[in-house]
Formats: sequence, C-alpha cells, structure tokens
Amino acid sequence: MAEEEVKLFGTWVSPFSRRIEVALKLKGVQYEYIEEDLTNKSPALLNYNPVNKQIPVLVHNGKPVAESLVIMEYIDETWKHNPILPADPYERAMARFWAKYIDEKFCAAARKIVVAKGEEQKGEIDEIQQQMKNLEGELKEKKFFGGESLGFLDIAANIIIWLVVGQEALGMDQILNEEKLPVLHGWLHRLLDDAVFKECVPPKDRHLDLFKVKFGSSIASK
Amino acid sequence: MASGSVADQEGQVMLLGFWFSPFVKRVEWALKFKGIEYDYVEEDLTNKSTLLLTSNPIHKKVPVLIHNGNPIAESLVIIEYIDETWQQNPILPQDPYERAMARFWANFIEQKVREPAREALFSKGEQQEKKVKELKEGMEVVEGEAKAKLNDKTLFFGGGNGVGYVDIVLGWTCNWMETIEEVGGFKVLDPESQPQFHKWMANFREVPFIKPTLEPKEKLVEFFRMVRQDRLGLVANK
Repeated sequence: MAEEEVKLFGTWVSPFSRRIEVALKLKGVQYEYIEEDLTNKSPALLNYNPVNKQIPVLVHNGKPVAESLVIMEYIDETWKHNPILPADPYERAMARFWAKYIDEKFCAAARKIVVAKGEEQKGEIDEIQQQMKNLEGELKEKKFFGGESLGFLDIAANIIIWLVVGQEALGMDQILNEEKLPVLHGWLHRLLDDAVFKECVPPKDRHLDLFKVKFGSSIASK
Repeated sequence: MASGSVADQEGQVMLLGFWFSPFVKRVEWALKFKGIEYDYVEEDLTNKSTLLLTSNPIHKKVPVLIHNGNPIAESLVIIEYIDETWQQNPILPQDPYERAMARFWANFIEQKVREPAREALFSKGEQQEKKVKELKEGMEVVEGEAKAKLNDKTLFFGGGNGVGYVDIVLGWTCNWMETIEEVGGFKVLDPESQPQFHKWMANFREVPFIKPTLEPKEKLVEFFRMVRQDRLGLVANK
C-alpha cells in the first residue's frame, strides 16, 4: 500500500484552516502542517491553488483540494471512520445548509461589525444575534450540532470564536451573551472544552493582540 | 428511518419555484436528470405562500424542495440531497477527489461568476463597471477550465458525453447571461475569447431534457428589465 502523504497549508489565525486541523485530528490522520505568510505566499501554495491563491489547501498524495467546506467533505469521504457528516441525507442537507449560512451570512455580518460605528454597528450586532438565535434552533437540546460528538456544523461554526475574540479585542459588550443566547453559549463552552477542538484554536493572547492591532484603529477614530 | 432505503425515495416531492429563477432551474434539471416525479408550485414574488415562508423561514427564498414533508433550501444543498437520496444517474462523480473538484468549481461559479453577474445586473455606473470586470475575470477562468477539460469527445464537465454537477451549476449561463447583458447594458460573452465555453453552451442547450426547459430570452429580458428598474429606482430614492 502506498504511503499516505497529507499536507495542510494554513495560517495560525485562519478559522478556515483551523477547521481542517480539527477534521484531520478527529480522524487521526497524520499530516504535515505548513504555515503560510499571506503577505508572501509560497510558490507551493500558488502552485496548488492557482485559482484562488488562498489557504487552506489540503494536499493528499500530491493532489490539492481547496475551500474549507469542500476539503472537509473530501476528508470525510476519504477516511471513513469517525464520520463528520451524519449518515442520513436529510440531516446531511441540514448540516450543509447551516454551514453555508455561517460562511455567507455570519461572516458578512461579523466583518461589518468590526468596521461599522454607532447605529450601524448596533444594527449589525442585532443581525448577528438573530443569526445565532437561528443557529440555536438547529442545535436545540443537543450537546453538539453533530449530536454526542463534534460534527461538520460544529467545525464550520468555529468562526463564532473569532467573533467572541474580536468583540473582546474591541472592548465591546458580549455579543454572544448567556442571557440572550443561552443555548449557543453552552455549546461554545463545550466546544472549547473538547480535547481535539481546543488544540485547534489560536492562542488567546496572541489572537487578541492581533485583533487589537487589526481592528483597534476603528475604536481610536470613534 | 433507515438511510438510502427504497422507502425513502417514495413519498411526495414538491418544488417551490419561480419560472425566472436560475437556482430553481438547476434543481429542476437535477430532478429531470434522475427521472424523479415532482409537483411544481409556482410562487408569487410579491405574495409568497405560507408554505414557502414556513418551509424556508431563514431566507424565505426559492427553490425549496419538500420531500416526505421535509423542506430543503439552497440549490446546491438540494442537488446534493437529490444525488444522495436517488442513486440512479449520478450527478456528482464517485471518486472523492473528483467530487472535491466538482464542488470546488461549483463554489467558484457561484462566487466569481453568478454573484458578480447578479450584482452587475442590479447596479449602474462605477459599481456596475467593477462587477462586470469581476465577471469577465471569472469567465476567463471558466474558459480556461473548459479548454482543459472539454474536447470533441468530452462535451461536458460531467465527463464522457453526459452532463454532471458542474454543468448543472453552470447551466444558467446559457439563457440568463445574454439576458443580464441586454438588461444591464454590458457585454461579457465573447465567442472569440471564449470558444470552448461557447461550444459547451451550444451543446448544453441541445441536451434533450434541458432544451424544453429554457425560457425564451425575450420573456426573461422583459421580466428582469422590470426588476432592475424597480431595484435601481429604490436605490435612487435613498
């Protein structure tokens, strides 16, 4: 049997490449991690993802796969133990629907929050809280979106952590607060407690510092 | 409920749609490709049905597929559901790497072709110029991929002589691209710089289950002209 060679091109602070780390670790797949400098992308990255020139890229036995949700599906279909997606087609559709929702709606709202000011920012915060309320509707009483263990949607929802760190860096009130979003609040704590998942988040201090530098100027100009 | 069993395939299939929506058309193509019987419900954009609003409360949009009473929204999610529930005539390839490539290109088409096309249709001036430029760049990449994958023996991205996922996701360009050009007042399609793409479009339009579904361009132009005027009218009044 040929040796499996798995490489992951990512950055320490990208939620998208961190998703892939979680998926690979859940499956127990050995991989080589390559930290990219996005201001100076490596020839290897540009060769493996010429279309978008972005991380994450998974390279499996020399063949590259790009786009985090596409990579996650590839991982699930290639290493079939410890499934990430549910078996039932309808439940799979729900996981994909909500992952898309997060990548499109949630990401757009989160980006706006850090640059908006005053009333506009308040509007974006209301919007994102409503989105998280919608996500709670999908989680319901479950421990994780995936049920008893982490699944596709839990991994995709890792971006929520970036919102929490961002809001802290900006000295904002808690957007994901226990009062307004008790179900998601509980989920987040379970997620951060999970043995595999917690290895795959940026170190908090470093993350906060980066966000303060990146977005902090928006406070200064208020 | 056992997954993938024959019993799951039974049961009513309903599709909520608009005649003018390229997203709805994709789902219809997937259903027809598999030979799945379904009830089609034409929704009213200005008066959405209770069924639509309760089936897709998050986005309140079509298409929505309702199978055995379970609603699914988002065209690409629906197509994957269809492919996993009805195993005949596979839409996605079998091999995981090929599937990843198909999904990658579907995402690319959505983000770099369809989205800029929609934004170009509903904007004007500098904003429209920006979107048309993005659209042209996206089309360049599509032409490159068509050049790499298609030839006289392989007419479609699905391989062999059959359509597949990428063809179904890209298929809206066959009708809607000319419509968007005419209504938006710009040019993106160019047979000279996009020869392989134009060959693909011509072949796709002739596929027997696709051909009868294509709406006449005049009808689409009339409709979208009205929507564009409406949207831009709103913008001007802000």
